[in-house]
Amino acid sequence: MPSVLLQTALCVAEGWEQPLSLEQGGWHRGEKGRKNVWNRNSLLAFAIDGAAGRERDTGMSDIAVEAHGLVKLFEGARAVDGVSLSVPTGSIHGVLGPNGAGKTTTLRMLLGIIDPDEGWRALFGERDPLRAASLIGYLPEERGLYPSMTPRDAIGFLGALRGLSQAEGRRRAMELLEGAGLGEVAMRPIRTLSKGQAQTVQLLGTIVHKPRLLVLDEPFSGLDAINQQRLEGLIRAEVAEGATVLFSTHVIAHAERLCERITVIARGGVRFDGSVAEARDRLPSRVQLRTRRDDGPWRASLPADTTGRDREWRFTLPLTGIEPVLEALIAGGAGIEALQIERPSLHEAFVDLVGEPVDPSDDEELAA
Amino acid sequence: MRRLIASAWVIARRDYTATVFSRIFLLFLLGPLFPILFGIVFGAIGSNSEGPPPRPVVAVATDPASTGALLAARAKLASRLGDDALPDLVAASGGDAPRLLHGRSPYAAVLTGSLADPHITLSGRAPGSTVDDLSLLLDTARATAALGPSAPPPVVLPERRVAASPADETHDRVALARAGQTVLFFLIVLLAGMSLSTFIEEKSNKVIEVLAAAVPVDAIFLGKLAGMLAISLTGVAVWGVMGVGVVLTLFPTLFAHAAVPAVGWPAFVALVLLYFVASYLLLGAVFLGLGSQAGSPREIQVLAMPATMIQLLLFGFASAGVAHPEGWVAKAAAIFPWSSPLAMLARAAERPALWPHLLVLGWQIVWLVLALRAAAGLFRRAVLKSGGGRRWWRSAARA
Repeated sequence: MPSVLLQTALCVAEGWEQPLSLEQGGWHRGEKGRKNVWNRNSLLAFAIDGAAGRERDTGMSDIAVEAHGLVKLFEGARAVDGVSLSVPTGSIHGVLGPNGAGKTTTLRMLLGIIDPDEGWRALFGERDPLRAASLIGYLPEERGLYPSMTPRDAIGFLGALRGLSQAEGRRRAMELLEGAGLGEVAMRPIRTLSKGQAQTVQLLGTIVHKPRLLVLDEPFSGLDAINQQRLEGLIRAEVAEGATVLFSTHVIAHAERLCERITVIARGGVRFDGSVAEARDRLPSRVQLRTRRDDGPWRASLPADTTGRDREWRFTLPLTGIEPVLEALIAGGAGIEALQIERPSLHEAFVDLVGEPVDPSDDEELAA
Repeated sequence: MRRLIASAWVIARRDYTATVFSRIFLLFLLGPLFPILFGIVFGAIGSNSEGPPPRPVVAVATDPASTGALLAARAKLASRLGDDALPDLVAASGGDAPRLLHGRSPYAAVLTGSLADPHITLSGRAPGSTVDDLSLLLDTARATAALGPSAPPPVVLPERRVAASPADETHDRVALARAGQTVLFFLIVLLAGMSLSTFIEEKSNKVIEVLAAAVPVDAIFLGKLAGMLAISLTGVAVWGVMGVGVVLTLFPTLFAHAAVPAVGWPAFVALVLLYFVASYLLLGAVFLGLGSQAGSPREIQVLAMPATMIQLLLFGFASAGVAHPEGWVAKAAAIFPWSSPLAMLARAAERPALWPHLLVLGWQIVWLVLALRAAAGLFRRAVLKSGGGRRWWRSAARA
C-alpha cells in the first residue's frame, strides 16, 4: 500500500521521473518501538506514518461529512438551496455540477468558511467544522500561497494552521518535498517556482498533517492530462490509507472513475445523490442492432422508438428486456448479425439530471 | 480560547518572520531616521553658512600708554562677557584715520587721540554698536588707570539655587505630557496605518480561503494584529535605542534637567509602552476591519487619508485636556477608548496616582475585544458573505 501512495504522490510533481519502488535502496529507522521502512524517497515513510496516524483516530463518527438542508443566500438569490448530503468515512464522494451550480459555496459551508443561512452541517459529528480543522485538508479552487515563502515554510505553515508544531511541519514538509522531487527548490521563494511546482506545494500542504478528510475544490483544474491522472492516483492512495475524500468537479470523467457516490448540484439544488451506478441506471440502455435483411414482417416487432437504415437499428432497451424482441426477430427471419447494448455513461446521466450540457471538451480530452 | 490564541500565534509568527526577516524591513527601520539625518546635515550646513557675524576690527592709533590700557581693558571684559561681545582691537602705529580706512581696509573704525581725549572715525560698514562698545572699553580703561594698584580684585559670587516652585513644576509636567502625547501620536501615525493594508496580500493571493478554512476569522484578525504590533514594537525598539543614544551623545545633560513625570520615570516609561500597545491595537483593529473590506491597493490609498485625519482628531481631543487634567475634556478623552491612551499618558506625567491607569487599561482591553469582534464580523459578512447562523456570543461561549 505504501508503494501506491509513493507512486501516486510522486505523480503530482511536474517533470517527475519514474517513481521509485520499495526495493530501491531501502534503510530502516526505529521510531517509538516501531520499525518503519524508509526509502531514499522518504515520502514512503511519511505514508506509513500517515496511515498509523489515521489508525489512531479510529472510534470517530462513521459519517465524515453530513449536511442537511443547507441554504445560502447571496443578495437575496438562493445560491445554494436545500443541499443535503452524507459522506461515509473512507469513501470518495464527488460533488458534480455545471459552473455556477453552487458546488464551491456548498464546500465552503461544509468547511465552516461561511455559515449557512439555513440548515446544518457536521464534520465527523462536529457541528462547528472549524473544531475538526486538524482532521481536514482543504485544497481551494483558487490556489493560494504566499509568494515570498519557501515551499518548506509554506507547507509547515499550512500544517501549523491545522495543529502541527512548526518544527514538525517543516520536518514533514522536507520529507514530502524530497519525496515529490522538489527537494532542490525547498528553500527557494514560491514566486520562483513553476505553476505546476506551486500547485504541488499547495497539495502537499493540504496533506502535511495527515488529514482524515480531504476536501478538494476542482482539484483537477489547471493540471495537464498527465498530472490529472497522477492526482487521481493520489486521491485513491489517500483513501486506501484511511482518508475520506470529498471533491467537486465539473469534469464528469474524474467522478466516473473515482467516486463511489456522487451528489449532483444544479442551480443551487441537489438533483441526484447516490452511487455512480444508480445515476447511470436512471437512463435506459440503448440497443444497437444489425440485421442481415433490410425489410420484412419482423420489423413490426421492433420497438416504436426504433430509428435506423441500411440494416442498422437503434432503440431503447424495452422494460421487458431484449429477449422478446430477439425471439420475434429470429422467428421473422431478420437474421441477427450484431447486437450491442450500451449502458448510458455518467456524462449522459449528468446531462439528463442537470438539463444542460457541460463543456464536452473536458471529457473528450480526458477520454483521449 | 486556547485554540483561538494558538491559531492567532501561528498567523502572527508567519507575518512577523515574513516581514522582519525580509530585506525591505531594513528600509522600514531606516525610514524614520532619514528626516532626522537630513535635519542634522542641513542644520550643520546652515549653521556653517549662517554663523555669527564677524567681529568688527578697530584700529587703535592712540599713544602707546592709552593703547596698552585699552587692550588690557578689552581682555578684562572679554573674560566675563565673552570674546564675541566686543570688537577686536589692533594697535596701529602712525597714519591718520582716513588713510587707515581707505580702500580695502580691514578696519571698521579708527580710534585716535588718548584715553583723556579719544576720537573715533567710522567706516560705512561699522556696526551700530561700535561706538557703545568702544565707550565701554574706554570707561573701563579710564577707571582702571584712575584706581591704579588700589583696584579691587575680580568679584567671585557664590552660587545658591532653590527648588523649582510648584508653578514651575506644573509647567514642566504639562510640557512633558505634551511631549509624551506627541511622541505617542507620531509613532501611532507611522505604524498603525499599516494595518489598513494587512489583508491585501491574503486577498490578492487567495490565501484567505486557506486561512478561513483552518482557523476562526477572529483568530486571523487577532493574529494579524498581533503580528503587526510585534513588527511595530521591533521598529520602536530600534528607533528608541538609537534615539536615546543620539540624545545622550548630543545633549548629555538633557535628562538630568528634564521634568520628572508625576508617576516617576520607571512607571512613566512602562505606561508609554502599555499605552502605545493599547493605542496601536485599538486603532489597528479598526483599520484592520476597514482595510479588510478593500479589494485593491487603490482603495487602501483612498482609506489612508481619512485614517490619518481620524488620528489627528483624536490627538487634538486628547491634547485639549492636558492643561487641566481634572477638567471634563481630559476626563472625556480618557473615557473615549480611542483617545484614552493619549489622554492617560498625559495624566501619567501630571498626576501621581496609578490606579486610574489600571482601570483604563482594563477598559481599553474590553474595547479592543469589541473592536476585533466587530471587525471580524464585518469581514465575515461583507467579504466572506457569511451571514446569519452563528452569533458572536455563541462563538465566544464555545471558544
